[in-house]
Amino acid sequence: MAEEIAIKVDHVSKDFILPHEKTSSIKSIFTNAAKKRNGKKETQHALKDISFEIKKGEFFGIVGRNGSGKSTLLKILAGIYQPTNGTVKTEGKLVPFIELGVGFNPELTGRENVYLNGAMLGFSENEVANMYEDIVNFAELDRFMDQKLKNYSSGMQVRLAFSMATKAKADILLIDEVLAVGDADFQRKCFNYFKQLKNDKTTVVFVTHDMSAVREYCDRALLIEESKVVHISTPDKIAQDYVKMFMDEPVLQEVSKKNDDRWGDGSIILESIKTKVNDEFIELDVVIKGNKDFSMPILGFRICSFAGDEITGTNTKKEKIILPNIKKGATVHLKCKIPNILSDGNYRIDTALQYPDEITVADWWDNAATISIRKDRHLPYSIDPGFIISII
Amino acid sequence: MNKFLQRYRYSIILLKQLVKTDFKLRYQGSALGYAWSLLRPLFIFIILYVVFGVFLKAKGNIPHYPVYLLLGIVLWNYFTEVTVGGVGAIVGKGDLLRKINFPKYVLILAGSSSALINLFLNFIIIAFFMFITHVAVSWAAIIMAPLILELFIFSIACAFFLSALYVKFRDVSYIWEVAVQGAFYSTPILYPLSLIPVAAAKILILNPMAQIIQDARYVLVTKNTQTIHNLYGGDNWIWCIPIGITIVTAILAASYFRKQSKYFAEEV
Repeated sequence: MAEEIAIKVDHVSKDFILPHEKTSSIKSIFTNAAKKRNGKKETQHALKDISFEIKKGEFFGIVGRNGSGKSTLLKILAGIYQPTNGTVKTEGKLVPFIELGVGFNPELTGRENVYLNGAMLGFSENEVANMYEDIVNFAELDRFMDQKLKNYSSGMQVRLAFSMATKAKADILLIDEVLAVGDADFQRKCFNYFKQLKNDKTTVVFVTHDMSAVREYCDRALLIEESKVVHISTPDKIAQDYVKMFMDEPVLQEVSKKNDDRWGDGSIILESIKTKVNDEFIELDVVIKGNKDFSMPILGFRICSFAGDEITGTNTKKEKIILPNIKKGATVHLKCKIPNILSDGNYRIDTALQYPDEITVADWWDNAATISIRKDRHLPYSIDPGFIISII
Repeated sequence: MNKFLQRYRYSIILLKQLVKTDFKLRYQGSALGYAWSLLRPLFIFIILYVVFGVFLKAKGNIPHYPVYLLLGIVLWNYFTEVTVGGVGAIVGKGDLLRKINFPKYVLILAGSSSALINLFLNFIIIAFFMFITHVAVSWAAIIMAPLILELFIFSIACAFFLSALYVKFRDVSYIWEVAVQGAFYSTPILYPLSLIPVAAAKILILNPMAQIIQDARYVLVTKNTQTIHNLYGGDNWIWCIPIGITIVTAILAASYFRKQSKYFAEEV
């Protein structure tokens, strides 16, 4: 192996024999022996012919959808799983864990857990004692160290675990989805820690869904899809490809009219709502139908994040548009264009038809449509209006 | 020695912490805590002594029968603690196995070490009884060291084999539960070997556990114990059979465990 290579993965595949085929009782040895004679055995190919190299000091990202095989790959790198075929060679000391807080026991106190987890990371009692102060301060858990771990909040546990992990000394680190947990303060600590790893030229293999993190830290990244390597490239390229995988899903969608989140007197109704998204605009196509004669209806809508935050919205009265009176059985077709300044993510649209008083509801439809915004960057905020920053 | 320490540094550190954790957790929340390590065998001893010694008169012509019985129970308890605990030692740590790569044998070694500490605590009780019942201690007591070594190796070998087998076949725990009960009664723990026909006794004594218990009683409690040596008319070579069984079991178990341990994480 060349000097500058830290990890070399050579034609690795991993098959799992599906659980229902596993012999887990003495009786099933015999019944399975009979089955095998029929010649059928179900295997799941978790990884197919994976090859790549990671250089020393490189921050290497592995991205892919759920179930694409990235965690299995990481477990093989860590030596937790054995590859079915192929080999993995590593140069230098590898941290053997892939998750935070390995071996934490809820029945032990914080202090005892530090020593236990320290042993898992390969530290002797003396070594842990020397860094104990640091760990506790970093985790900001001074007052809680003699309480049992089961009485900690999940945030406190993560802080303690992360604080331990930052002490791990190794040439190669394997990290699986840490950034998904923790509050803003914790994420800032993660950020600093990763920066420090980069400065120290530690080799890091980093599995994540978060494309902004890939862009932020990784030198190179690997996209894995359906158990195969799609390709290995710069983080920007990989992040774009990853986003594109989701873009293939249809952008134009019609929502069924039957919906539980819908109420009103039904004198006029929303016949259909179609959405169309491109890089510049979000378009809504609304058809209103009168069930009886109706004068001066007001159409309103709002856009909400999937978490339920109301981002923006308006109605025709506020926009000073007067809709025509609608006769019974007639329809009115409206189009609304909204500049696409939403961030990368999924949103839902609530729509309403009201009487001119803006209070009485004819047809209120929550979750009338959903839209997926795919942009080549991700901000942790709902609005991405585009920023013009210049140095003066 | 330094090289050995370097190579097994991680295992030693892990082992130490796992044993400590085990002791911390074992009696957590109980009022008497560690005292139970001593009280449990003591109470079992009292029950068995009353039933077998007083009512059933199983003691025959054995002097110091209470200590004789206690020693047998303590050694047998060690064996059951290691093997019954060993069955689930790997499966019980499934969560850990899936998240971190570490030498799996440490788990078995930790269970076995905890039991060994217990065994020594129990020997304090035995020493106390020996003192109050005026059992004379001779230099032959030094033989206890190789006997305990044999016990340690035989027990851990069984634990290695059972733990690896249990990952694949979950019936093992039930089978072993029954097997241990059977082995308890086929080992001369409660009754003196002189109560059964010589031909049968000659077969039963080949079991390493029977040989260890009887030899321990011989060197520690009373010369009036039927050991493998005097059952086979003073033939020294006869010890090769139980010791051979121990060694062969250990080698087979270790190689089976080693081969299987790579796949524990995915099969558990």
